Amino acid sequence: MNLEFLIAALVTVVNVSTPILLAATGELVVEKSGVLNLGVEGMMLLGAIAGFAITFILGDPQYADTLPWLAPLAPWLGVVAGAIAGALGSTLFALMVLTLGANQVATGLALVIFGTGVSSLIGSAYVGLALTPFDQIFPDSLAQDPILKVAFGYSPLVYFAFIMVGAVYWFLNKTRAGLVLRAVGENDLSARSIGYSVRGVRFAAILFGGAMAGIAGSYFSMVITPLWAEGMTAGRGWIALALVVFAGWRSGRLLAGAYFFGLFMTLELYAKASGFSFLPSQFWASMPYLMAIIVLALMSARESGGAEAPACLGKPYLPDA
Amino acid sequence: MRIRFEKRREPSKAMQLLTPIGAVALTMLIGAIIFWAIGYDGPRAVKEIFLTPITASYKWSDVGRRAAPLILIALGLCVGNRAKVWNIGAEGQYLVGALSGAGVANLTRGLEGWWIVPMMLIAGILGGALWAAIPAFLKTRFRVNEILSSLMLVYVALQLLNYLVAGPWKDPNGHNFPQTAPFTPSQMLPHTAFGTPFPPGLFIAFALSLVFWIVMARSEFGLGVRVVGDAPKAARYAGYNADHMVWQAMLISGGMAGLAGILECSSQSGMLNLGFPSGYGFTAIIVSFLGRLHPLGAALAGIVLAITYVGGQVAQTVVHVPNATAGIFQATMLFLILASDVLVRRRIRIDWGRPVAQAAESAA
Amino acid sequence: MAEVGGAADKDAKAPARLEMRGVTKRFPGVLANDNVGFSVAPGQIHALLGENGAGKSTLVKMIYGVLAPDSGEIFFDGEPARVANPKAARKLGIGMVFQHFSLFEALTVLENIALGLDSKISQRDLEAEIRRVLDLYGLKLDPRRVVSTLSVGERQRIEIVRALLLNPRLLIMDEPTSVLTPQEVEQLFETLRKLAAGGCSILYISHKLHEIIALCDVATILRGGRKVAECDPKKETSKSMAELMIGANLKEIARAPGRAFGEERFAARALNLPKHGDFGIALHDIDFSVRAGEILGVAGVAGNGQNELMEALSGEVSARSADAVVLAGEPIGRLGPTERRARGLCAVPEERNGHAAVGDFTLADNGSLTARRRMGFMQGGLISAGRAANYAETVIKSFAVKALGSTSTAGSLSGGNLQKFIMGREILQEPAALVVSQPTWGVDAGAAAAIRQAIVDLAARGAAVVVVSQDLDELLEVCDSLVVINLGRLSKVLKVGEVTIEEIGLLMGGVHGDPEATAQMTEALHAHPI
Repeated sequence: MNLEFLIAALVTVVNVSTPILLAATGELVVEKSGVLNLGVEGMMLLGAIAGFAITFILGDPQYADTLPWLAPLAPWLGVVAGAIAGALGSTLFALMVLTLGANQVATGLALVIFGTGVSSLIGSAYVGLALTPFDQIFPDSLAQDPILKVAFGYSPLVYFAFIMVGAVYWFLNKTRAGLVLRAVGENDLSARSIGYSVRGVRFAAILFGGAMAGIAGSYFSMVITPLWAEGMTAGRGWIALALVVFAGWRSGRLLAGAYFFGLFMTLELYAKASGFSFLPSQFWASMPYLMAIIVLALMSARESGGAEAPACLGKPYLPDA
Repeated sequence: MRIRFEKRREPSKAMQLLTPIGAVALTMLIGAIIFWAIGYDGPRAVKEIFLTPITASYKWSDVGRRAAPLILIALGLCVGNRAKVWNIGAEGQYLVGALSGAGVANLTRGLEGWWIVPMMLIAGILGGALWAAIPAFLKTRFRVNEILSSLMLVYVALQLLNYLVAGPWKDPNGHNFPQTAPFTPSQMLPHTAFGTPFPPGLFIAFALSLVFWIVMARSEFGLGVRVVGDAPKAARYAGYNADHMVWQAMLISGGMAGLAGILECSSQSGMLNLGFPSGYGFTAIIVSFLGRLHPLGAALAGIVLAITYVGGQVAQTVVHVPNATAGIFQATMLFLILASDVLVRRRIRIDWGRPVAQAAESAA
Repeated sequence: MAEVGGAADKDAKAPARLEMRGVTKRFPGVLANDNVGFSVAPGQIHALLGENGAGKSTLVKMIYGVLAPDSGEIFFDGEPARVANPKAARKLGIGMVFQHFSLFEALTVLENIALGLDSKISQRDLEAEIRRVLDLYGLKLDPRRVVSTLSVGERQRIEIVRALLLNPRLLIMDEPTSVLTPQEVEQLFETLRKLAAGGCSILYISHKLHEIIALCDVATILRGGRKVAECDPKKETSKSMAELMIGANLKEIARAPGRAFGEERFAARALNLPKHGDFGIALHDIDFSVRAGEILGVAGVAGNGQNELMEALSGEVSARSADAVVLAGEPIGRLGPTERRARGLCAVPEERNGHAAVGDFTLADNGSLTARRRMGFMQGGLISAGRAANYAETVIKSFAVKALGSTSTAGSLSGGNLQKFIMGREILQEPAALVVSQPTWGVDAGAAAAIRQAIVDLAARGAAVVVVSQDLDELLEVCDSLVVINLGRLSKVLKVGEVTIEEIGLLMGGVHGDPEATAQMTEALHAHPI
């Protein structure tokens, strides 16, 4: 294997791990506030179809003459639409869980089924269409360079994901609002007794998580394979949930974890081409899921036994019970 | 005016019965409005989805065929969800159950005998239970969240199916299609049973609903399932071991999903191919909640969800709604049933002009 | 407008720091506060005295803005105050130390305090400020420690510092001593007296009469949500205040005189249990023996291994060797709760809801939890619904439980009635040995007396009983002998009637992870034999 091949593989690892990194960064904040939103997969699908549809509509050549500035903006607005779609899905979850006190596990599953249904309903109009991939921002001299592309050859969303990991780290550990959020996730009743709005903090966290999942979804339909296919996120939302556990609820470790999973997703893509064909391709395709299970077992079996998990994670908030 | 939820002294029994019915009714209303708003004939779509499968007798067989696996899987999930052991990988256990049964079919090809079908059914149950045993083991041994592990195994099961039907188990006479050889008559259950238009699985499902009901309501095990889910500490105090309960709930729900899988393939499809996965394992989660985690409720809810499956296809051809329509109705139903849970434990109070009402109340 | 009620002191020169007028608060099914009024002068230490359930906590939650009164008014420094939330309360200069600490285990002391402050202040400035307050009142605490590593007393200090940082003009202390050793209580009182001398008013909520006599200037006594009296505790006796607080003269526990104990019925022998989790306590060489007819009390400050001991005795956690727990000569240490029950050992854990009973279950199902085998509910492998219902009805009747019937849910019962049901459920199984924890915790006086009587009667019928309680008065009233649990170890057995409160206090003292102090205490005790 030569250097160029290695770099191409590395670029693929970064590309395929970015959506789970984005979604997991959002979910980390949600879980730190004490809420378990299992609906990541559903919100990702909502984001995927919204991002694709808006980019497609705004990128229509019919606007080329009248609104020449629109086409270059279209993918950016598509990402925003993805974020909004994910956040809307999470709003539904938040209303159910926070206002009505519904079971978080069941509601999260409902959100997955809902997101799958709604996205394929809207998506039925877009099957078979393609977009220009929203892939690079740096000029070709950097982005297409066989070596330098390891740093410059990515979609803006890849850099956004990096920035968000840092921002979330800073927010959780260095700001007062982050402290309040952690406090709410540790002990909701105490936070309330000091006078913080548990529901308000959690609502904000859930919205953020939804927006991040939506952006992650739009990455699938706008960057990885710039077209819409039903259920195209293929379970990556669940991998993102596993990633949060893997990272021990620490933003710093999300990055390493995402690349770890990305490595196995890349193996699947490269299996045929690179001498891994001694095992059936289905084996490689199931590797990310098997690895997630193994990693969960290793993480959970440690001495601390998942003691880093926020104490209120997944528990209903019952201030008057 | 202010609306608030006030805690009831006791959970309302009436609401426990009424809310699922209300959820279905409200789903129809919301569905009609939404599909009307996006440009379809909404009321017609609702009529085709919810009523045509009931009024058109030639659809009953289809409803029965879909209800059978939904009810069977949901019965197992009722046990798990009650104990708050979240097996959401029933789809994978359904697949592995079907694969295990098909494995027996592969080994018994060319043989005759009454024992073959029971062997296949047992293999199906064991296969599903085995697939569910993995999350149970990981949960009890390493404290791995069973939600994630059971779900991940669905994807692994799908790849396993792909591998087997496209590789070792591929029908040599199948024109290179990824599918197994069709089962022989002695490997098949009848397509319909007792001269009715319904598949044998439906009768098994109904019979098991009664068994599950008695077990859940009256047995020591059933009491344990309910206590473990509601109050884990009380369960330990009452002599129930939470880890045993994880195993039992997982094995039962996995076994039921496996049974559903092998029944489907030995009495309906007659072989396995890439189109076999149907999403029943996920829809059964909705069934179990719509049935309020009660075995008899699950039987009724299974029929309702089966109707939406069949009706969804009718509406697709008649009203030209997309095929995702049924899924949206099903998700809406689940949202509404979960949301209406609040009414079982709380009552809605509306304060009209606070002080007057309050003063009157204090004086009383 | 609601009628103004209560005794408003209009003649004082300076306006009262706090004045409540006609405050009423109703919850579904309960009138928690009924037309309550009183006032607190600047620099005064004012006691709010009442039994559990008298409405003290509800009242102070309204002062602190956690709850809103249904009617009535609150005045602060003579001005009508609308305390919409705790933030508004703090802005007025009201600080509060809760009975159950609102602390965040996984965060540091500093972070915990920062969360309680409304003004923005840098961590460094805050730490300096905290150290200043700690010095001023002579309190010991490390701001950088993570709360989960701290003792109960230290945790309370966090709450106090948090309140003091705001320079409060009214400090509310809700049952502050329920988790403290007598020595820690004395330290706390010193701090409070210093504060009051500086002009801060203190509202001190308690049901412990001797504390109120030692500390407070005025006492307002609540009963059943109403104010029944206001007095100067220095001029009252414990007895007179207790009568006001309880309302009726309590029935004395009836005990047959000159009881003889049978042979050893229930014992623990070198029972060791490793600590479980970060907050658990390990059990070391637990050794005791209870004879038939005897009641052994286990005293101690909360969190010294009582729960662990309960679990090890009831079988929820099994011991490493079978000999560690012995019932009527049979080693049962390796058996689970169901098997131990079958052999005649019943248990009542401290927590009613979710441990001893399930709130959403009917009383019949709650009966089945522990009585299904012993009372013969099983019929053809199934639990007979009829027998379960009958048993629940029997318990309801025999223990005068206020419940509609066996189909009522446990959650619909009041705390005292549920506790009576649970105690009845175990006692009617006629156990050979009964282990109970906090039998009357949070229970009204009438129910508490009935429960204690039932325990004594059970022992009189020949059962061995172990009562774990933090309420020393209760133990001294009910038990024949006492042990003190301290950091997972038991003291020697003390005879009730021969032991003094001071001696028990010393045994309980010096705890909280300070082995040196414990050693000193033990030494002191041995140096001054009683």
